[in-house]
Amino acid sequence: MSTRLAQGGRFLNRARKVNFTFNGQHLTGHEGDTLASALLAQGQMMVGRSFKYHRPRGMVASGAEEPNALVNLGSGNRLEPNQRATTTELFDGLTATSQNHWPSLEFDVGAVNTYFSRFLPAGFYYKMFMYPRAFWKHVYEPFIRQSAGLGRAPEPHVRDEDTYEHFYAFVDVLVIGGGVAGLQAALTAGRAGAQVLLIEQTAHWGGRAPVDGGTVDGKPAAEFVDAALAELRGMKNVVLRDRCMGAGVYDHGYVLAYERISDHAPGPAGPRHRLWRLRCKQVVTATGAIERPLSFAGNDIPGVMLASAVRDYAVNYGVSIGDRTVVVTNNDDAYRTAITLKGLGLEVPAIIDARAGGGGALADEARALGIRVETGKAIAKVKGAKRVEGVAICAQAGEGAVLEEIKCDAVAMSGGWSPVVHLWSHCGGKLTWDDAQAMFRPNADLAPTGAAGEAFVIPAGTANGYMGLAEVLADAAAAGVAAAKAVGAKPKKAEAPQASTPDEAPIEPVWLMPQGADIKLRMKAWLDFQNDVKVSDVQLAAREGFESVEHAKRYTTLGMATDQGKLSNINGLAILSDALGQPIPQTGTTTFRPPYTPISMGAIAGEARGKVFQPIRRTPLQDWHEGQGAYFEPVGHWRRPYCYPRGEESHAQAVAREINQTRGSLGMLDASTLGKLIVKGPDAGKFLDMLYTNMMSTLKPGRCRYGLMCSENGFLMDDGVVARIHDDTFLCHTTTGGADRIHAHMEEWLQTEWWDWQVYVANVTEQYGQIAVVGPDARKVLEKLGGMDVSKDTLPFMAWADGELGGIACRVYRISFSGELSYEIAVDAGHARALWDKLLESGAEFNVMPYGTEALHVMRAEKGFIMIGDETDGTVIPQDLGLDWAISKKKEDYIGKRAQERSHMTDPRRWKLVGLETVDGSKLPDGAYAVADGKNANGQRNVQGRVTSTYHSPTLGRGIAMGLVLNGPDRMGEVIEFPGTDGKTYKARIVDPVFFDKDGEKQNV
Amino acid sequence: MSEPVSAVKNAVFSGIVRVEDCGPQGMITLRSDASNAKLKQAVKVVIGADLPPVRGISANGDRAVAWMSPDEWLILLPYAEARAAEAELRKALAGTHHLAETVSDARAFFRVTGDAARVREVLAKLVPVDLHPARFGTGEMRRTRMAQVAAAIWLESEGEARVICFRSVGAYVFDLLSAAAANGSEVAFFDA
Repeated sequence: MSTRLAQGGRFLNRARKVNFTFNGQHLTGHEGDTLASALLAQGQMMVGRSFKYHRPRGMVASGAEEPNALVNLGSGNRLEPNQRATTTELFDGLTATSQNHWPSLEFDVGAVNTYFSRFLPAGFYYKMFMYPRAFWKHVYEPFIRQSAGLGRAPEPHVRDEDTYEHFYAFVDVLVIGGGVAGLQAALTAGRAGAQVLLIEQTAHWGGRAPVDGGTVDGKPAAEFVDAALAELRGMKNVVLRDRCMGAGVYDHGYVLAYERISDHAPGPAGPRHRLWRLRCKQVVTATGAIERPLSFAGNDIPGVMLASAVRDYAVNYGVSIGDRTVVVTNNDDAYRTAITLKGLGLEVPAIIDARAGGGGALADEARALGIRVETGKAIAKVKGAKRVEGVAICAQAGEGAVLEEIKCDAVAMSGGWSPVVHLWSHCGGKLTWDDAQAMFRPNADLAPTGAAGEAFVIPAGTANGYMGLAEVLADAAAAGVAAAKAVGAKPKKAEAPQASTPDEAPIEPVWLMPQGADIKLRMKAWLDFQNDVKVSDVQLAAREGFESVEHAKRYTTLGMATDQGKLSNINGLAILSDALGQPIPQTGTTTFRPPYTPISMGAIAGEARGKVFQPIRRTPLQDWHEGQGAYFEPVGHWRRPYCYPRGEESHAQAVAREINQTRGSLGMLDASTLGKLIVKGPDAGKFLDMLYTNMMSTLKPGRCRYGLMCSENGFLMDDGVVARIHDDTFLCHTTTGGADRIHAHMEEWLQTEWWDWQVYVANVTEQYGQIAVVGPDARKVLEKLGGMDVSKDTLPFMAWADGELGGIACRVYRISFSGELSYEIAVDAGHARALWDKLLESGAEFNVMPYGTEALHVMRAEKGFIMIGDETDGTVIPQDLGLDWAISKKKEDYIGKRAQERSHMTDPRRWKLVGLETVDGSKLPDGAYAVADGKNANGQRNVQGRVTSTYHSPTLGRGIAMGLVLNGPDRMGEVIEFPGTDGKTYKARIVDPVFFDKDGEKQNV
Repeated sequence: MSEPVSAVKNAVFSGIVRVEDCGPQGMITLRSDASNAKLKQAVKVVIGADLPPVRGISANGDRAVAWMSPDEWLILLPYAEARAAEAELRKALAGTHHLAETVSDARAFFRVTGDAARVREVLAKLVPVDLHPARFGTGEMRRTRMAQVAAAIWLESEGEARVICFRSVGAYVFDLLSAAAANGSEVAFFDA
């Protein structure tokens, strides 16, 4: 049983109890506990079931590398799956449940998988579940989904109650990791005057040093940590941040840091997580190292733990993992665990050292304490099922013949240390294999480089492969100097404090224990605890030809779980190298990708949720539309009223009413979203002649002209009415979606091709509210408001004038997109609502109604006016649409002209615009294709046209449509067939696209 | 003439800083070649301020000129005076290639006030700009991105920032600033 010791636990405040629940059970811990330490203190070693075989799993580690202790944390709107108990600080009211078991953690039906493990080898689902094919969807996949996996995603209706934010910061030097190396690097850079940000992922500074011992300048390491913190906190140029993890290092010194502000104490106002988006001139990675497990049979049984973790739980949390702990190691560091446990009065029946030569000074100290040390020995297997009961000892050099069994209830294992090179590697830092220390470490000559090719990441301390305290501090000071210099600060000579630790004997790599373990043992020797990958799986992958480490990873799923192989990667690739008969560096590592540990989706989204999820553009009349209960449709980032339903009206009924009212008397449209670009300068006319297919330079001031704009490839990209304001000034209306796009198009041509032309463009779209006043009574309502002459003679069709209406300054354009008598009134946006209200008031006697975008669409279709995006799709040229009248024959050039002369563009077989009327008056399906005789090379029916716009016209009382049809204009009256996706075939007659008021008499009054 | 209405109508939010709509503000977009001999004088006469250096803003009472790009400036002045100043600028620059357009109503304009460090950090939650006091001070105009939209910011004084964005996204930007100013969200990065 794991339990709380009577004394100790430097992180604990034993005076304060903290209540929490695990699987519904009410438990108590202390302030300062993690969920893992509190569970262990309560004897709860088993915390979950493994991914594939549902084997019982307990805590293995004490920090971010933990693969097993994943829990569902919280409930309801605060439920989060897959949270690591080892990095979850305990707080009052915490609720946690275990994952991946059914029906319970103690008794799991899926555990039967372990007895069939012979049938579930690496890549098993690629092999086993191939035939019959239909079984995958209905049998195999549901079974795998039920049996494999970790936490469940929250239910769809659940909404996260917390808030999150981003924070942009720029620093000279970012130091990632608040252990002694990070503290020293920050001190050195800070003293040199550099602006430093020092971040630490846990709530505690100093890293492992206070646990592992050693002295700095003759004093315990913990005192150095306190002094360093005090000095750093006194520096105005240094900011310290705990509970803040370096998540990813990206190009050009961009770093993401993940700050968990209130995870440890939920409740107070403010964001839960903050994602720091940092730009750093230099990054020091003082990220420490992670201990490796040893691969022996039964190394996944609860009670087998990393030696450093056993030490951490004892020293930091006052928790013992067992009464009798066997230590198994290939290096000297694990002796510290034995010495620590012995010092706490716990039993250490034996230290099993795989090295024939044994250890150095620490081994002598252990022996002096009376601990039995066995050298050249190994664990053949761990006894027990849900809990360690003992270990069988064998010779490391042999095949596993048991020499003796030792009773114990915990095993502390150490296979050596791997520097945390993740952040170094994210942006391309290369690694080198250190044979003497059996580790990959950063290759300082191949650092991640910035824009000028300069190195911008400096590894420091243990993360750089230095294992002794003295060399760690010396390396960190050197890193601090290098970073300070690189940012232009003036560091003094690297002054590192003098540290001392006992001399250590070298590590001997042990990738399999015992080295000749037979298949039965190898099938129980786990590499990846979370994803259930064993030594035998990796060896099988190698035999089956997965020689690349990246392929082997994906085939076996080694290192693919939420811990991304923090414990398993090096052991796995050592086994793979051995199986392939090649040295480890030749196998290499898999790619290290951000984030270092999973970060919350909320932190990634930051503030972008709820009403600021994305910007919604509002016209100056938006409040009014909302007040009317308008039904909106998205048009880009705008929300435009589609229609304004009244009472129980359907949308279709509302649209019909709006059209009938407008055609019969008076309607109003909010046209504010239309793009408005001022084009000014001596060359403005010449410029517009190039942009539009028709001639704009001949337009007279005071007049308007409809124009078409094409891309370089000749395709129609925008249309709108151009008004000439002065000799050298034009106002170009664009489509709603075209405002920014066409502005950019104009700037591109002016800046890259015609940079010597004297033209300025200003986007004044949002300066004006634009109100279309439409219908036979439009003039009357404007005359009622008074202030300017809007008569036919003074303001004829396609003219504009500045003036006042109802005392409000405005510009009135006599243009029409509906075929009715129509005025579009532009007014400063801040006055748009006032004018709108006056128009409504004056129009009341004509029963004025607002109309939405659907009525607008139907009315323009009744008139045969094209709509960019309906009749065009990026492949349509103006000639296809019968718009030859808007293409100047006199101009030498315009954008798109040359392209339109290419053979494909002049092909008479291009589909051309026509009107379509169903024979029975129904509405054609949108996008439907007209079929022709015969079949194409793919065996599909040939087609001869398609529907581009289709509506029910309340004016005509029937369906009307426009479409592009082969030889359409020459086939008037012919009936063609459109099969619908509803199984029906629609018959439609080819007609003129102008359905209503062909001579334009209504708009020209 | 009716009273002009701003995009978010005098909205106010108080959290770790105060965010408020400045109400209608006169603005003119001015474009010209920087070497235009009449430009400096025209701006000096009409606005009473010198042309600012690159990324600068120079003020004269309730009028100011901000650098927007190598051939564009933004003139700030009382709302009611914009059209007249636009006409004066056009007159002063007559005969040279230029553009002067009133854009007062095309924008929303906000004031962010409070503790100097808090004001900086509320902005730093939304704009990818180095706002450290050593590198961003009064007199600097910064065009940037605020979350998902274009914006311009400057410090009127320590503890008072101004934000300009397009009118249509005024409500979005006000909501953004309010969210960034939520109580309990102090960052304490610029306090040292």
